[in-house]
Amino acid sequence: MELHNLSIREAHELLSKKQVSSAELTAAALKHIHQTDALIHAFVTVSDELALEQARLADERLRSREGVTLLTGIPFAVKDCISTKGVCTTCSSKILENYIPQYNATVMDRLAEAGAVLVGKHNMDEFGMGSSCENSAFFSTHNPWDLERVPGGSSGGSAASVAASMGAFALGEDTGGSIRMPASFCNVTGLKPTYGRVSRYGLIALVSSFDSIGPMTRDAYDCAAVLQVIAGKDPHDATSLLAPVPDYIKGLEKPIKGLRLGIPKEYFQSGIESGVEDSIREAIRKFEELGMEIREISLPHTKYGLPVYYLILFAEASANLARFDGVRFGLSVTEGAENVIDMFLQTRREGFGPEVKRRIMLGAYVLSAGYYDAYYLKAQRVRTLLRRDFEAAFEQCDALVAPTCPTTAFKLGEKTDNPLTMYLSDIYVVSTNPAGVPALSVPCGFSNGMPVGMQLIGKHLSEDMLLRIGHAYQSVTDWHLKRPVVAK
Amino acid sequence: MTTYEPVIGLEIHAELLTKSKMFCGCSAAYSEAPAPNTLICPVCIGLPGAMPVVNKKAVEQAILVGLALNCTINPMNQFARKNYFYPDLPKGYQISQYDLPVASDGWLEIAEDSGEGSLRVRIRRAHLEEDTAKLMHQDKSALVDFNRAGVPLLEVVSEPDMHSTEAALAYATMVRSILRYLGVNSGDMEKGALRFEANISVRPVGSQEFRTRTEIKNLNSFRALMRASAYEIQRQTRLYESGCEVVQETLGWDDVRGVTVSQRSKEEAHDYRYFPEPDLPPLEISRRWVEETRDQLPELPEAKSQRFVSAFGLTVKEAKRLTSEKALADYFEKAISLSRSPAKIINNWITGEFLRYVNEQGLDLDHLPVPPEHLAGLVDLVTGKTINENSAKVVLKEMFETGQTPEAIVEAENLAQVSDESYLEQVVAQILKDNPQEVASYLGGKETVFQWMMGQAARLTKGKADPQVARQLLLQALEKARNK
Repeated sequence: MELHNLSIREAHELLSKKQVSSAELTAAALKHIHQTDALIHAFVTVSDELALEQARLADERLRSREGVTLLTGIPFAVKDCISTKGVCTTCSSKILENYIPQYNATVMDRLAEAGAVLVGKHNMDEFGMGSSCENSAFFSTHNPWDLERVPGGSSGGSAASVAASMGAFALGEDTGGSIRMPASFCNVTGLKPTYGRVSRYGLIALVSSFDSIGPMTRDAYDCAAVLQVIAGKDPHDATSLLAPVPDYIKGLEKPIKGLRLGIPKEYFQSGIESGVEDSIREAIRKFEELGMEIREISLPHTKYGLPVYYLILFAEASANLARFDGVRFGLSVTEGAENVIDMFLQTRREGFGPEVKRRIMLGAYVLSAGYYDAYYLKAQRVRTLLRRDFEAAFEQCDALVAPTCPTTAFKLGEKTDNPLTMYLSDIYVVSTNPAGVPALSVPCGFSNGMPVGMQLIGKHLSEDMLLRIGHAYQSVTDWHLKRPVVAK
Repeated sequence: MTTYEPVIGLEIHAELLTKSKMFCGCSAAYSEAPAPNTLICPVCIGLPGAMPVVNKKAVEQAILVGLALNCTINPMNQFARKNYFYPDLPKGYQISQYDLPVASDGWLEIAEDSGEGSLRVRIRRAHLEEDTAKLMHQDKSALVDFNRAGVPLLEVVSEPDMHSTEAALAYATMVRSILRYLGVNSGDMEKGALRFEANISVRPVGSQEFRTRTEIKNLNSFRALMRASAYEIQRQTRLYESGCEVVQETLGWDDVRGVTVSQRSKEEAHDYRYFPEPDLPPLEISRRWVEETRDQLPELPEAKSQRFVSAFGLTVKEAKRLTSEKALADYFEKAISLSRSPAKIINNWITGEFLRYVNEQGLDLDHLPVPPEHLAGLVDLVTGKTINENSAKVVLKEMFETGQTPEAIVEAENLAQVSDESYLEQVVAQILKDNPQEVASYLGGKETVFQWMMGQAARLTKGKADPQVARQLLLQALEKARNK
């Protein structure tokens, strides 16, 4: 097997046995990226020098056998909304095109401490606003399974990169499906953890009350390995959870027999591609074979998920994006400005793309005097209903299973003219974020040659159970092992 | 003709005296920063991805103030984003509190204008927020210093319960005094640690209506508060008197020209689009936390003043003067405990010669070269008749300059009072002998000459003559001369 194809588990085994060095793994990954990414365009930045230096340090650690973790020496990359000290962090926006953070996101510190090797930063929809990676200000990322198709979004670069073996794993970020949806489109395993399970410090915020950083990997085992490192309370993030972090790897081996798996009927109504539904139904039969108890449940407020999600997104995003004013960092357009307000306006006009501007305007609108109650406040109230839907469901079952997306990956350009159809592709993934619950997307088949993902949704802090179910499924299936052949 | 009365409400912005800033670990002591932009981090300059964490000490100080202002401390607190664009606001929003502030519904008694009565000013709320950066304007550009960005601010908002500029001043002075007693604010208005905003309207006396109000921003001294309010009251009164209406607007105060200037009309008013700060979970303030904080409450100016009246026999006015500053009140109490002299006399010395010198020299009450025991010693030297008052003033000045004890100065300068009658008799005889014309004019009925002769006695004894003895002997000698 080629080195760049290795999963975390496989690479770790070779590293531990000294059959390969991190320097070799990293060099192989970099070489593969430079060859392959010309077709995929998953990377905004490839940090060769830093990666080789980190690999050298990881090899020292491996030699001395001190502080070696599952991730020591493993090459990875992250979505470009995660701050990396000294490495350009752009959110795929012109406004941050040359922004080099002075500090690391907490997740980056934790991964560095674990000895993982950063090879680069992934393309995304600008500031996470999009479902296809076509809203990047730089270029569109292509789906490695079909270069004519989108990888999904907004963590499209990360999903495409993991699918095309450019790095053993990635960190994505999920505001309303942004990890799971591209994972599903690219045949990758992706986890959106419970809100607050992973520190957001250093994550360039889209929706502060939804955003969750999570792993995108080859399989559930690798997901567990990454989550193990990045999860836990962070004193710099007041919304991070104090709950102890369980041993996720150990948890994988616990039995799933007897666990109750709920099927939310609202997720199987109109609009679902038949090939997708077939794959999900087939997966449910597998779970039954594995001894799980299947029952249909209802999440009655599902239809409000999309409006609630977007109203709150507009509001929070409009404030989160206010700091991009050209004063302290990033793009600053001063030429011809009469005064400082001119400078703000010019900078933001040139720096932000159309989708970002659209959402900022909508956000200012839904928060404005006279409209706040009708939009923002109402959305927050319905958000409580969504959360209660899940709470009620989890009284009847341990986890839910549903399609991640109603369709497989669509064609580049297919939905760019109509933002609403683009919004609708997130219909199954958006409700979990307002509710704060975790969800894992797992490859479960193909429809017309394109990957299908199913998502497992659990109650708060049930990542260990979701990973266990995903792992059990992947122990008896091989969908997740299928790799695309990337060629023109 | 209708007489108008003002209706005044005040917002007081007080920088809290915490070690670190409101939402990050940077030092809040920005006025001691070695250079601009040295006390900054990703959080307080609003770098992408940086997140706030609440400073517990600031919350505690806010609770203290809330309790001192007789407020309800709200068990559930929420921070909110106040959205607007300005280069001194790094995130494009200020983290403040909106519908769930730390403290609400309090009150404060202040002295009525006339002096004796008191007025209860209701406090609407006290909430926490973060200060902005400082802009330094150059001719065509501006520089931003973020050292101040994120320093904790407490905003205390009163109801419109004041009806004179004097009442507004009394309220503002009392709030400042309380903040200083609590040790949560430096009270240093020159450095901007305390700023005022006045909401002002006027109405016909006797009416209970609230007419259109204006808001004067950024008043940085008591003087500016008084002048701006007085100006605005007059401006509004004249508008009504000439049949015009007052327009709701935000005003600035031009201190040089002495006028208020329109900044924003109602139509241009900011819509701050407040919403709950999603980066900070709701902050719970437990009963226990409140009670533990209550235990830290010191004796406040009002209570101290009442005690000074009953325990030391001071007048209300004297007691209020002494207790306006905690340091002064503490100084007074320490001096009393170390002195044999009556409290009244100590008070006279402190609020008289002593404070005059302190104010003249701009000294800090907390770091005086004259400790209370030295002042107590000085007053005892006077009441014990070792020196007279004139000498004592000279000694006090020297105490301030050298830090020496009054006893040492008196001895070194040989200032002990002369009350030896035989010596003073000779002095008096000399004065009469040398100034026959003055004696004649005194005897001719021009009694003011007597004071001049007393001055001569002081001159000849280098100020050491016991004035009472000298006076007695001089009177006797003059009577003798009359009867000659």
